[in-house]
Amino acid sequence: MPLLTVENVVSGYGEMQVLRGVNLTVGHNEIVSIVGPNGAGKSTVMKLVFGLLKPWEGAVTFDGRNISGMAPEKLVKLGLSYVPQVENVFPNLTVEENLDMGGYTLSGSLDQQKERVYELFPRLAERRRQRAGKMSGGERQMVAMGRALMLDPKLLMLDEPSAGLAPLLVDMIFEKVVEVNKAGVAVLMVEQNAKKSLALADRGYVLATGQNQVDGPGEKLLGDPEVARLYLGG
Amino acid sequence: MTENSSPALRPGERVRNLLTSRAFIYVLLGLVLLGFVIAAQAKGVSANSLLSLFVRGTLLGGTLALGAVGVTLVFAVLKMANFAHGDTMTFGAYMGLLVIMVLPKGPPLAPFSFGYEFLLALLIVVPLIGLFTFGLDQAIFRPLRARRAQPIMFAMAALGLAFGLRSLVYIFWGADFTYYYVGRARPAVELFAGVRVRPDQLFILGLAVVLIVGVYLLLERTKIGKAMRATADNPDLARVSGIDTNRVILWTWLIGGGLAAAGGMLYALDVQLRPEMGWWLLLPLFASVILGTLGNAYGALAGAFVIGIVWQMSSAFINPTYGHGVAFLVMVLVLLFRPEGLFGRSK
Repeated sequence: MPLLTVENVVSGYGEMQVLRGVNLTVGHNEIVSIVGPNGAGKSTVMKLVFGLLKPWEGAVTFDGRNISGMAPEKLVKLGLSYVPQVENVFPNLTVEENLDMGGYTLSGSLDQQKERVYELFPRLAERRRQRAGKMSGGERQMVAMGRALMLDPKLLMLDEPSAGLAPLLVDMIFEKVVEVNKAGVAVLMVEQNAKKSLALADRGYVLATGQNQVDGPGEKLLGDPEVARLYLGG
Repeated sequence: MTENSSPALRPGERVRNLLTSRAFIYVLLGLVLLGFVIAAQAKGVSANSLLSLFVRGTLLGGTLALGAVGVTLVFAVLKMANFAHGDTMTFGAYMGLLVIMVLPKGPPLAPFSFGYEFLLALLIVVPLIGLFTFGLDQAIFRPLRARRAQPIMFAMAALGLAFGLRSLVYIFWGADFTYYYVGRARPAVELFAGVRVRPDQLFILGLAVVLIVGVYLLLERTKIGKAMRATADNPDLARVSGIDTNRVILWTWLIGGGLAAAGGMLYALDVQLRPEMGWWLLLPLFASVILGTLGNAYGALAGAFVIGIVWQMSSAFINPTYGHGVAFLVMVLVLLFRPEGLFGRSK
């Protein structure tokens, strides 16, 4: 049974319908990438899974449990973790305090979890006393991912982790995603950088006009001329 | 990877950066004080009484700070201007009076004018008012938040609450001023160089400092304090991290409301109890908070001391009635150069 299942979900903001029947699954230990043109509802899917938006129809199941519309503060305790696309750090808190907040629901010392994050991102260890708001875009993305990894989630959800980063940093962030995944964390990400994210994904979904149009193994989607023509810009 | 490797600045930009720097603002405030001293000299006010006014301003700054921290914390976490904060101070002061009147009267704790009852009243009233303000929040502001009401709705609700609290004071205690200890002598002692203060005032400043240090430690060192700062920084991310927002709101009111009660009781001990006392403190409170950058607890502290000192020292050369106005002018002057306030991050 997959770790996460999104079944026939319809949803939107207020009166405006954005998702018109989305189906996707993420298996244990899988990297799944959602790509597609702007306005396709990619970020909306993430918000929906994470309880920031309620499904009008359909259901979301995580680890055998119906989590449709469940509040984020409950989801984190089940092993779901989410990095929003923008404003994904606490700017006035130090790096270390940002990580502390990631482990907020745990009682007791967080030293072990923090050490693990620092091993993944040695750069953060050097800068643990610096305010997150004063860091560069790439460093902030590391803080954001580090915060999300504090609870040792089963599924890490990344909304456009490479947005606004220089190409070198994009590669670095994607390498980290693979590293996190190798440590046993399933990853669901949304990317506008379709080629790179599909190349490393086990499977991909192409989302357009609020529905998933095509899905399959990442490499196969990349090689699909129809997908390339429609959504990957040739 | 540094983003600050800016090219050489043009002279105009350099002057601009200098004028908006925090250091320049401190120089500016120093110049304002110097201007006050010169104006006072011109009026023939002695250096001693100027120094006294400075000390009085610092004392006032301490009590203002207790109120200002609450205003700024509530703004930071709940994004609302709590116009009821001044009257919360009044209400706390009068609840203190109630406790003192109920308790059997003891002798004054020399050299102070108050007895054990005042200290006990502080211990009872501070947490009580903290809880009370949380209760009011749940009854009045929470439904507004749930409805995503406009800021003006929160402001009007807070104003209504302010009038309500003051009416309660009028109903139960009347419109007259009073003291915690009516008719008890409050002699002043010489502190240094002819500066005379009452021992009570030293206690007030001391307690204000202790409470402020306590809030600092809570915000910097404890889990709930960090969660409060995180929620102020980015409420959505706080929720996504699993922070219990309601707990953060409870603590915000416990601290904000509790400090307001302490500030009200200390102010009343220093001056007197009047039903309008907190209402008249509201404007200086907001001036302090805005001067120090809305939502920044340390800024509110600095702002409170600046406003307190300016307010008192201006009375050396103009009618004390204008103290409020002068304090406001100084706030405007600072904001002209640095619109984000003392502790804001310039863009």
